[in-house]
Amino acid sequence: MNKKSSLMTKLAGAPYIVWAALFIIVPLCMVAYYAFTDTTGAFTLSNMADIGKYADTFILSIWLGLLATVICLVIAYPLAYIMAGKGPEKQSTMTMLIMLPMWMNFLLRTYSWMTILEDNGLINTLITSLGLEPLQLINTRGAVVLGMVYNFLPYMILPIYTVMLKSDRSLVEAAQDLGGNKLDVFKNVTVPLSVPGIVSGFTMVFVPSVSTFYISQKLGGTGTILIGDIIETQFQTANNFNLGASLSFVLMILIFICLAVMNRFSDDDDGGVII
Amino acid sequence: MTKKTSIGSKLYTALVFIFLYAPIAVLIIFSFNSGKSTSVFEGFSLYWYKELFNDAATLTAFKNSMIVAVVSSVISTVMGTAAATAIFGYKNKLLKSSIMTVTNIPMMNPEIVTGISMMLLFVFVGSLFGQTGTLGFATLIIAHTTFELPYVILNVLPKLRQTDPHLAEAAQDLGCTPFQAFFKVVLPAIMPGIISGLMMAFTLSVDDFIISYFVSGTDSQTLPIRIFSMTKRRVTPDMYALSTLIFLAILVLLIVSNVVSAHGDKKLSKKGGAKK
Amino acid sequence: MSNHIIELKNISVAFDGQQIIENMNLYIRDKEFITFLGPSGCGKTTTLRMIAGFQEPDSGDVYFEGKKINGVPPHKRQLNTIFQRYALFPHLNVYENIAFGLRLKKTPEKEIKEAVTEMLELINLKGFERRNISSLSGGQQQRVAIARALVVKPRVLLLDEPLGALDLKLRKDMQVELKNIQKRLGITFIYVTHDQEEALSMSDTIVVMDSGVIQQIGTPTDIYNEPKNAFVADFIGESNIIEGVMKDDFWVEMAGHKFKCLDKGFGVDEEVDVVVRPEDVDVVPVDKAMISGVVTSITFKGVYYEIIVEIKGFKWMIQSTDYQAVGSTIGLIVEPDAIHIMKKSQYSGLYGDYSSFSEEFDELSVAEVDEDEEE
Repeated sequence: MNKKSSLMTKLAGAPYIVWAALFIIVPLCMVAYYAFTDTTGAFTLSNMADIGKYADTFILSIWLGLLATVICLVIAYPLAYIMAGKGPEKQSTMTMLIMLPMWMNFLLRTYSWMTILEDNGLINTLITSLGLEPLQLINTRGAVVLGMVYNFLPYMILPIYTVMLKSDRSLVEAAQDLGGNKLDVFKNVTVPLSVPGIVSGFTMVFVPSVSTFYISQKLGGTGTILIGDIIETQFQTANNFNLGASLSFVLMILIFICLAVMNRFSDDDDGGVII
Repeated sequence: MTKKTSIGSKLYTALVFIFLYAPIAVLIIFSFNSGKSTSVFEGFSLYWYKELFNDAATLTAFKNSMIVAVVSSVISTVMGTAAATAIFGYKNKLLKSSIMTVTNIPMMNPEIVTGISMMLLFVFVGSLFGQTGTLGFATLIIAHTTFELPYVILNVLPKLRQTDPHLAEAAQDLGCTPFQAFFKVVLPAIMPGIISGLMMAFTLSVDDFIISYFVSGTDSQTLPIRIFSMTKRRVTPDMYALSTLIFLAILVLLIVSNVVSAHGDKKLSKKGGAKK
Repeated sequence: MSNHIIELKNISVAFDGQQIIENMNLYIRDKEFITFLGPSGCGKTTTLRMIAGFQEPDSGDVYFEGKKINGVPPHKRQLNTIFQRYALFPHLNVYENIAFGLRLKKTPEKEIKEAVTEMLELINLKGFERRNISSLSGGQQQRVAIARALVVKPRVLLLDEPLGALDLKLRKDMQVELKNIQKRLGITFIYVTHDQEEALSMSDTIVVMDSGVIQQIGTPTDIYNEPKNAFVADFIGESNIIEGVMKDDFWVEMAGHKFKCLDKGFGVDEEVDVVVRPEDVDVVPVDKAMISGVVTSITFKGVYYEIIVEIKGFKWMIQSTDYQAVGSTIGLIVEPDAIHIMKKSQYSGLYGDYSSFSEEFDELSVAEVDEDEEE
């Protein structure tokens, strides 16, 4: 390419580079800055030291997030497998049906579960009309996990389905041809090939689950406070930006570590496939 | 596939879809409830829809959402397309991969972290100028543009890769300046990617709550923020009415876009057939 | 001198420290069909892109009709290019693709219509105006690309492996068609290919290139009959390249025999490379032969048999219409006009005998087409 036009192409990237620096990099530096300073702007480690108090919250968030992610995987995987085996017309209808709830605002989706699970909600109304004792459904950890699973399930189904669709069906046939029975083929060919989909589905469910605050507020009540709730409180009501920033900082780092481990895991598995 | 597994898989699929749609069905049914209860259906009525349309704050929030979505998606599409073109052309591998890493950050980072990080920046810059009310439309649009950009770039880049690298050269060869070549030839070739990027940016913007929650001011509430503040109070069916309307809007959009793309496919396959 | 439409003077190009073209000098005559021929990465496409203006030389000058055109952008050069994969504009139909260049020149609609119709006639695609590009076959796309470039009436048409993506039969037809178009329009064609057959059958002049250096310039017959070095001899057609020693003018010794030849001007006892084409070797009874050897393999090729004969440890390829049993000893004769003597070069000894010869390898090396020297 001649010099003038390549210079022009290069310049086309400049606004974005400046933008990304200003609004992606600098804000992250701001998080670090607030995390390590006090209200006067002086350097301090006390925010970081305070994080220890929230260790339980972190552990609970990660535990519930992980639980929701695994449940999503367990529900999504067979569905994705079934979908990938259907005809193209059915596939596109099903994809649409899965995307539809996804595009609906998650506040409303969560809110609908509130109606269903409430003490005098739909389920309990049904139960009491049968003459049974009402159940404690809302404000439990189970409800929070349910909310996470419900909200983020499509994010697990679609990536796995896409990968299954892309992976060559003839590979499965080749494996059968080589004498593998259905279970062998599924275990040794289908599953390893879908690992990239699982990894991206895992990421897409785990990250928002761990950091949620609305779901836990609406469905978990006061009993289930997650790290997202604490961060939200620091910024919206308690006005302790420094503590909020340090919590976010740690959350971000924890999540990046989880993602790195996940990616590592998938790389290893890829190696396994080759062998 | 044997018959047994086929029945099992049908049952399973049905169960998952019931799980996905039951709550939505509940919302829709109770939006037509004449009473205030969300568990006992007292009779059919459009009362809550009327309520909704008389709620000035919700309507304003809807208008705000549209303004923010249109402005931010247009900015992010223009900037993102230019960026994708540039990134595609970069020879320097290190530069390329570091830009892509930065581009991935808003997608990987928890939204709450992205939200508070931008809030901190805006508040910090505002305090430098001695202002307290920095958060508003401008910050909302900046934040939305930022989280939409990666999606635009990731929609346009594959199209650039699919495009014949000699297309721009062919146009120049026939008399286009490099600038003309881009607009007359490269841009139309990557247009599908740009449009899907634009649509994605728009939907993400309308749908976003978490980031908006941290960077909007009191005068710039978007629809999701309005929903949030309404759901803080007791449950009332006017929110159900809103959900039903949103659901219908999305349903119509999805069907239309599906029909359009299916139509396009058919046209293409017809032409392919004519070749033989 | 006046009919030199393009001249390259002392051109050098390097990418990432790797020399692509080294001090190249070349002139191209007006209205000739010239072909740059060479293996992948030899610099032929880079040379073409330099003439088109997509690539600037690191040093040296490009002249068009005696005027230096370094730095003149592609859209201001009176040359047009046919790209490897046609680079047709997918969002425009056949008519609009062809009209593209004329529209840029703000040609009146009526003239555009006339010109496009004329072009469609030239390429035998009348009635295809409204067709979508994606609905055309490879050969049809190729024709549209040619029409699109020719409609703007370039002085020179540059073709970058234009037939590479077509199947064999279509390729042969298109070769004839391209040659006809070139003759009819009377413009200069600069053609790039790695396919020696294509080059031999179409060109007025062939420029054989390797490692960024011109190895030989000449007519197809010159190049085939009088290769300058072992590289050219090996690249063009099949050849036995044998080490020999000049005993005197018109006398060369190889394979343990003194042959009469038509070459002179070498030093006495100078070591040389001798080229003998497989079709120029005659099979005779052993007692009448100049040299003899053992048949190690024979392959039926339709018109002739391809026979590998081992003579004093060196495997020759010969083509003969008669069958010879493997293991039998046969006699061979090489006439003086079948012998071509070359001076030793950097390529001497690189091209061995036919002992490891295999058709699959041959096809493989042809198949690794065109991905050379992108950018």
